[in-house]
Amino acid sequence: MRRLPHPAPLPRLLHPAAWWVWGAGLAVAASRTTNPFLLVLVVAVAGWVVLERREKGVPNAFLPFLVVGLFAIGLRVVMVALLGGGVTGRVVLFRLPEIPLPQWTSGVRLGGAVTLEGVLAAAYEGLRLAAMLACLGATNALASPRRLLRYVPATLYEVGTAVVVALTFAPQLVDDALRVRAARRLRGHSGRGLAEIGRLAVPVLVGALERSLHLAASMESRGYGRAVRRTRSSAALAGALTLLGLFGVVTGLYGVLDGTAPLLLGAPMLAAGSLCAAAALVVGARRDPRTRYRRDPWQGAEWLVSAAGLVPGVVLAVAAASGWPGVVPQQVPATLPSVPLALVAAIAVAALAAPLAPVPPALALARERAS
Amino acid sequence: MIRFEDVAVSYDTDAGAGRGPERLVFSGATFEVPEGELVLVVGPTGSGKSTLLRCVNGLVPHFSGGTLHGRVTVAGRDTRSHRPRDLADVVGFVVQDPVSSFVTDTVEDEIAYGMEALGVDALAMRRRVEETLDVLGLADVRARALRELSGGQQQRVAIGAVLAAGPRILVLDEPTSALDPVAAEDVLAALNRLVHDLGITVVVAEHRLERVIHHADRVVLVGDGSVSGLLDPAEAMLSSSIFPPVIGLGRALGWTPLPLSVRDARRRAHDLRQSLANASGAAVPGAGSAAGGLPTEGTASTLPTDASRVALPTDATAATAVAPAAVAATDSPRGPVVQTDRLAVRRGGVVALRGVSLSVGPGEVVALMGRNGAGKSTLLASLVGQTKPAAGTIRVGGLDPTRAKPAQVVRHAGLVPQDPSLLLYADSVAQECAAADHDFGVPHGSTAAVLERIAPGIPPEQHPRELSEGQRVSLALAVVLASAPEAVLLDEPTRGLDYAAKRRLLQLLRRLADAGHAVVVATHDVELAAEVATRVVVLAEGEVVADGPAPSVLSGSPAFAPQVAKILHPLAYLTVKDVVAALGEAS
Repeated sequence: MRRLPHPAPLPRLLHPAAWWVWGAGLAVAASRTTNPFLLVLVVAVAGWVVLERREKGVPNAFLPFLVVGLFAIGLRVVMVALLGGGVTGRVVLFRLPEIPLPQWTSGVRLGGAVTLEGVLAAAYEGLRLAAMLACLGATNALASPRRLLRYVPATLYEVGTAVVVALTFAPQLVDDALRVRAARRLRGHSGRGLAEIGRLAVPVLVGALERSLHLAASMESRGYGRAVRRTRSSAALAGALTLLGLFGVVTGLYGVLDGTAPLLLGAPMLAAGSLCAAAALVVGARRDPRTRYRRDPWQGAEWLVSAAGLVPGVVLAVAAASGWPGVVPQQVPATLPSVPLALVAAIAVAALAAPLAPVPPALALARERAS
Repeated sequence: MIRFEDVAVSYDTDAGAGRGPERLVFSGATFEVPEGELVLVVGPTGSGKSTLLRCVNGLVPHFSGGTLHGRVTVAGRDTRSHRPRDLADVVGFVVQDPVSSFVTDTVEDEIAYGMEALGVDALAMRRRVEETLDVLGLADVRARALRELSGGQQQRVAIGAVLAAGPRILVLDEPTSALDPVAAEDVLAALNRLVHDLGITVVVAEHRLERVIHHADRVVLVGDGSVSGLLDPAEAMLSSSIFPPVIGLGRALGWTPLPLSVRDARRRAHDLRQSLANASGAAVPGAGSAAGGLPTEGTASTLPTDASRVALPTDATAATAVAPAAVAATDSPRGPVVQTDRLAVRRGGVVALRGVSLSVGPGEVVALMGRNGAGKSTLLASLVGQTKPAAGTIRVGGLDPTRAKPAQVVRHAGLVPQDPSLLLYADSVAQECAAADHDFGVPHGSTAAVLERIAPGIPPEQHPRELSEGQRVSLALAVVLASAPEAVLLDEPTRGLDYAAKRRLLQLLRRLADAGHAVVVATHDVELAAEVATRVVVLAEGEVVADGPAPSVLSGSPAFAPQVAKILHPLAYLTVKDVVAALGEAS
């Protein structure tokens, strides 16, 4: 048998954490700029990777997130036009009838002049939010949070199970509500209106409660919460470290994503949080004999995809911090923003995730059949 | 493997204030289940079968509360000192409703879940998941979402999920009562394989004895607060208060030893077939002939006559307020009550019904049969206007249910849904009846009167959810009947009913038909169809594939033939009563 010089990677699902790192990196990049060209590029990159690497049959969360993003832009522009914003421009597009407000509401107005600069600034801000939402949507489509949940640290195993159960319960509750509502017809009611909703609540909730009891019995008999070989003190230590770490990671992420937050809140907090979380993992996992079924391996492709997402994040964060031209375009007077090539290249790196990641199995099969 | 030593279970009835009187569920359970046996727990509803099963893995008393006297040991572990979770590696427990037991959302994850909790090594876990998928025949649905699976597949996943953790004992509570005959066969075949190939000890409780009795090695009878020891199935069936038709036939004819399976009974019945064929002379040359209808008519006029004669006047008197339309229907035979013409319904993109033309007249009892998902429930739902047809027309009592207001529809068609508790909202039976009077605008007390007539003796202060399955169906039926609909529709009414409750329901349905109601029952229960249906309609893939008198449709079908028909094939007898009546006439 002759081997090809560069065999294509076998179709498999990429580790969900790799996709989430990639998405977070791209979202950080989007959060650092208001340059519409760069933001549109971010959305385009996210969309292309979804097209290329979304597993068949997984719901496409990208589109709904895109719609929400568009709505955010529209809302922002309308609000700024109505209430005014921080940007006072010179080019007046049109004037809305202004309602005089008392002195103490300074800064807020109702109606009045709508300027080109104000509208553009609002649109850019909205676009930034939309781009971040697009990144989130893309990540959801590429690796559902449900898959990510399987990788919660062993110390948080029980919490993770609870979240999974909750995620399965919600659609069942909706099914129940629909069934009960349909049954209301059998007693001559339409099942519509406020009074009816009150009527529906009781059987739906009682049904949910009964199902919870069944589930609890089933989980109990299947060994959920079985005594593990950890001591009380090690469990407490691991739990505390985990919570501390999570707190650090969340605060750090907030600091990194929000450019106005104090510098200390950003990267250092994130690093400290990650360290704590890692320590908790080690402490917890050493004592916890629980195992996980079919973990996705973390291989070269995972490293490469994560890096492809982190590059634009880091480059734009640095660029924004050191005030490179083109990151935050000039708003007064309104001019066509410049397109800094270095930043375009940095964002384009994220698109490499598509060729770097292996093709998901079902998608690979579908493509092979199509060709 | 499992040892019960003088076990008794009781609950405090007065949960609130101090120590109330104790309610004894059962006492004196002493037996030992050897390894590799399939033990069937038999008893009427509410007799404590589930409690007995839950004792095996310690759910009683650790999870449910209550007091356990005596001692239960499983594989040498005492359930007093071991909680259910500590027994998870020796006992697998499958709860009644598989859907409510699922922790994850895909087949593979669900099977792996128990092993994750037990900390099975990752490589071993991978191997065992594959083996479990093979043993239960689930390999081709391994990546599917659990909600999309059929009932039989879900039940097999639930079994696989506990089996994968490697227990040597499997305890199942009513594994097939919600399944159609074919899916049930599937699950039982899987169980049989576990017992015979892997030597797993299985303890199972099941209402539908006709499905499991011939698989059982031992039987435990539960009833009236006492528990028998391990009995031989044939011996146990001689004294059991509940028994399937094949046993009924054997008992009626005094066969010893009692045949348990259709196969055994068929061998025994050679002479019986001869004498029956002679008795009815040349009139019954084969199945499906016009004369095949004779035995059923015989039933209607022999045994239940007293019941219906007595019931009919009461019906009429109570019905003056309750069911004038239905009574009028008997007096002047009009057109059909329910009529659909080339009805098509789409549900979630799937064509659930396709070109269904059906008409049901007053006094008819139609059994709708077919596998799960064949469109039975959809047909019933569209008759009460719950789903909109994509094509075709529906008429129920001269009304189009899709256009009419719900308040109008309920005067013509009443549906008891698959889960009768969907219809019940109030905190007590009395309030429920009052609410129903209010809902349907009938005089106060009408619903309570109907309930008293169809199921006397239900305490009015009881909570609907605390009633037994049979009583709950009766209450839902009373609510539906309060508005005196011409068409009475029931979706799987016998799910969870034992034989006694089923018999009462049968008599009730017959009385409704005699009073001029058109009755449509969607059911998997071939015995119910055999006993009560005047006509059987079989649906498959949303189309009507058979529509005819019950004897000819049922006796000809391999899946839907009742046990008696299978035993006496090619003679078209459906029930034990038919046979006994025919023999009585002959002698």
